Amino acid sequence: MSGFIAGLCVAILPLLAAGFWLGRRTARPENLGGLGTPVEHATFETLHTASLAAPPLRAGLTEETARKSARRLRSLLGTDALCLTDQKDVLVWDGVGGHHRTEIMELLAGPLESGRGEAFPLTCDTPDCPVRWAVVAPLTVDDRVHGALVACAPRESAVLVRAAGEVARWVSVQLELADLDQSRTRLIEAEIKALRAQISPHFIFNSLAVIASFVRTDPERARELLLEFADFTRYSFRRHGDFTTLADELHAIDHYLALVRARFGDRLSVTLQIAPEVLPVALPFLCLQPLVENAVKHGLEGKADKCRIQITAQDAGAEALVVIEDDGAGMDPVLLRRILAGEVSPSGGIGLSNVDDRLRQVYGDDYGLVIETALGAGMKITARLPKYQPGVHSAGRLTRE
Amino acid sequence: MNSSYAVPAVALVVLATILVGAFGLRISRTTSDFYVASRTVGPRLNAAAISGEYLSAASFLGIAGLVLVQGPDMLWYPVGYTAGYLVLLLFVAAPLRRSGAYTLPDFAEARLSSQAVRRLAGAFVVGTGWLYLRPQLQGAGLTLTVLTDAPDWLGGVIVAVVVVAIVAAGGMRSITFVQAFQYWLKLTALLVPALFLILAWQGDGAPRHAFDEPATFREQRVVRVDGTLNLKLDRPLTVTVSGTIDGRSHDDKELQLAAGTHHIEGGTRLTFAKGAEVPEPDRSANGGLSPSQAESRGERPLYATYGLILATFLGTMGLPHVVVRFYTSPHGVAARRTTVAVLGLIGAFYLLPPVYGALGRLYAPELTLTGDADAAALLLPDRMIGGLGGDLLGALVAGGAFAAFLSTASGLTMAVAGVLTQDVLPSRGVRHFRLGTVLAMAVPLAASALVGGLPVADSVGLAFAVSASSFCPLLVLGIWWRRLTPPGAAAGMLVGGGSALLAVAATMAGFPGSGALHALLAWPALWSVPLGFLTMILVSLATPGRVPAGTAAILARFHLPEELRAEVKA
Repeated sequence: MSGFIAGLCVAILPLLAAGFWLGRRTARPENLGGLGTPVEHATFETLHTASLAAPPLRAGLTEETARKSARRLRSLLGTDALCLTDQKDVLVWDGVGGHHRTEIMELLAGPLESGRGEAFPLTCDTPDCPVRWAVVAPLTVDDRVHGALVACAPRESAVLVRAAGEVARWVSVQLELADLDQSRTRLIEAEIKALRAQISPHFIFNSLAVIASFVRTDPERARELLLEFADFTRYSFRRHGDFTTLADELHAIDHYLALVRARFGDRLSVTLQIAPEVLPVALPFLCLQPLVENAVKHGLEGKADKCRIQITAQDAGAEALVVIEDDGAGMDPVLLRRILAGEVSPSGGIGLSNVDDRLRQVYGDDYGLVIETALGAGMKITARLPKYQPGVHSAGRLTRE
Repeated sequence: MNSSYAVPAVALVVLATILVGAFGLRISRTTSDFYVASRTVGPRLNAAAISGEYLSAASFLGIAGLVLVQGPDMLWYPVGYTAGYLVLLLFVAAPLRRSGAYTLPDFAEARLSSQAVRRLAGAFVVGTGWLYLRPQLQGAGLTLTVLTDAPDWLGGVIVAVVVVAIVAAGGMRSITFVQAFQYWLKLTALLVPALFLILAWQGDGAPRHAFDEPATFREQRVVRVDGTLNLKLDRPLTVTVSGTIDGRSHDDKELQLAAGTHHIEGGTRLTFAKGAEVPEPDRSANGGLSPSQAESRGERPLYATYGLILATFLGTMGLPHVVVRFYTSPHGVAARRTTVAVLGLIGAFYLLPPVYGALGRLYAPELTLTGDADAAALLLPDRMIGGLGGDLLGALVAGGAFAAFLSTASGLTMAVAGVLTQDVLPSRGVRHFRLGTVLAMAVPLAASALVGGLPVADSVGLAFAVSASSFCPLLVLGIWWRRLTPPGAAAGMLVGGGSALLAVAATMAGFPGSGALHALLAWPALWSVPLGFLTMILVSLATPGRVPAGTAAILARFHLPEELRAEVKA
């Protein structure tokens, strides 16, 4: 018998887990127990319904978000039917009397134009149709009418007109927030586009100077360096796609290091430790090279002897772990925090804060850079890159093997 | 069997696994070796890694055991296990790689942009992983029992502890090298003893009646029956009994057992004369917990065989630990090449277990009576060669068997723990991954302690059935059908995979069904896979408004080669 129970457990556990999750998703804090008076109960109930209706609307006014929120809004207003429209069409009709859809759209022409709420009697051939009056409240964002909320009731009611107006204003606020979200996303996208292909002008100048110094003494070396330079700039100036693979990014770093080594010679030693499993990971374009550039700068800053840089890429389950470490001058953590917060502009280059912003933007705030440093103690930068993130795809493969 | 060689061999395998896992990557390179340091994993290395992770206890021990007990019909198992990769190659490998998904839930999210379907897929990954882990632990327990007379549960616990420790400590960092190493280890561990065994068989005059029915004893042999057993005899049998049979106690007495069913108490010793036929145990009247799939297979061999073929052909693509390895391939074409290489490597490996099964029928037929048929590969070297050579070869097989448990179990544990950490446990972080690892292993360990008796290869077959009924429709329709919708995918996985899961649970729990019903539950793939496909298609067609936006672009990304995609965008 124990076997039977165990077998049952094995099968039912995943189902239980799914059930638990569903339960948590749909749980409503209904049983507040003896907490508060009936009035407070009603307030809690209303606030809770409103909070449930908010998340879908935060994604803007579409058929799907309207469908998800209409039921909550109707229970908020307590009417027989509620409908959300955009400027041309009924997005969703929740409740009875769906045959009034076309009539509503005809009646809406006025309020959508004027942006003022109104109440209309509805004409209906069905004798026992429960909806006789429609209260229209426009949804406005930045003084522009985006659509309307229509509440239908059996009779005219001033209370309903007032309530519909308030709910419509609340919905409008959510839509405004959605608008704000969108413009924020657009802004960051524009920022990424503006920032992504910026390689440091100093670097271009220095590289060309180094190559020039080799042209007479060692033309062959100069030619090689020019090719490295060409490869690196081709990579950084490419226009398609915001993402690349770790393998491609590492190759770009290799070209970069070749040019830097030409300038600093033996003073720079770089070791690599790369797990081949993580090479196909997709990541934002040019987001490791600035870290290496930063390590080179800090490593060589203010000292005459050698600088060691260690680049590690590890496989860690569903993530890749990239660590870039130098044994240079380090940095005051307080100053670094201010630079990352955008309060102080760093001395030259867009470097760390830009990479940090982009990683957070793409993968979420959990995936910002982790930097360990102190004055004179070198710097260790850790970046965590998820192997899969919706929307992150490397744009084709460029490395030919 | 002499354990003085086997235990060090097992310890050595465990140690080597840990060392390669931890230090495989510790070779630092300077920038001048840049191209060496950042070379992607080639198809051959990745194929060895996939094969290493895939060849589990079921392949290493289970197939030999089944062939021993039930003869050449069981060769469908290795064929199915291999052919699963053919289906994977044809329909899934390259598009799956191009989707950029690391795990199966990732794929669900990438294709259908739905968190709900993602979580459901995660639940099935956990379910399949647990079903697949249980026989690994069971096999480990059996191996250790055969080697050292340790209690049943000890081997499972050792493997569980080692795997949890390695995975939780992040010791699988260079997993490709570890798993590739395990493949070659497993191949060696079966190939070398097999060569010696074949030589011994040649020296024995190469008897060819391996698959004669019924099997016979080639020499006088004492068999100790550990559990209570019913013997079904078709004709009278002469045997020397020391113990209790049919309720009467005997002490070293020669008996003539009449045709019919005889009840033998546990602890009885039977001595069979040379040339005696091996009687067939009758497990149906056993009343115990071990539901024999063999029985329903015996009744409906055609149905059972088709059920097995469908489950293994279509189930391979849904194994969570196999799918993640394809991510290592740099692009879709490499994923295809890898799969072709996997077919070769696995095909070569699967030539060996049937050899052990056939030789087992000749030289250790009494294993069918004691229920330890899965131990055939471990016992044969000692039985056929004996002496120091036999001990050493036995130790090699034992080491290989532990490599099989370790590699598959660690891959599965990582996959299950990953899903638990990402989609089930509340927040993220290293500590949660460790918690997830412990949870991923604890459940199958508890289950293997409670449920016993199913042959290793059969229980793995059940995991394949669940995977085939839930993930095969999701992957195949997701890749090849543009009208798939999130509700359709969720419903298909729930109905197909859920019904297969229930059937499997009923089978493992020893559901006292008989006849057609029992066969249906023991081999669910034949009805649950079409059910899953049908539900997914019908519900998708019924919800045409829910086809995710951008489906055309997503499918184009799945199917277009990467270079072309870059050009199109440029």
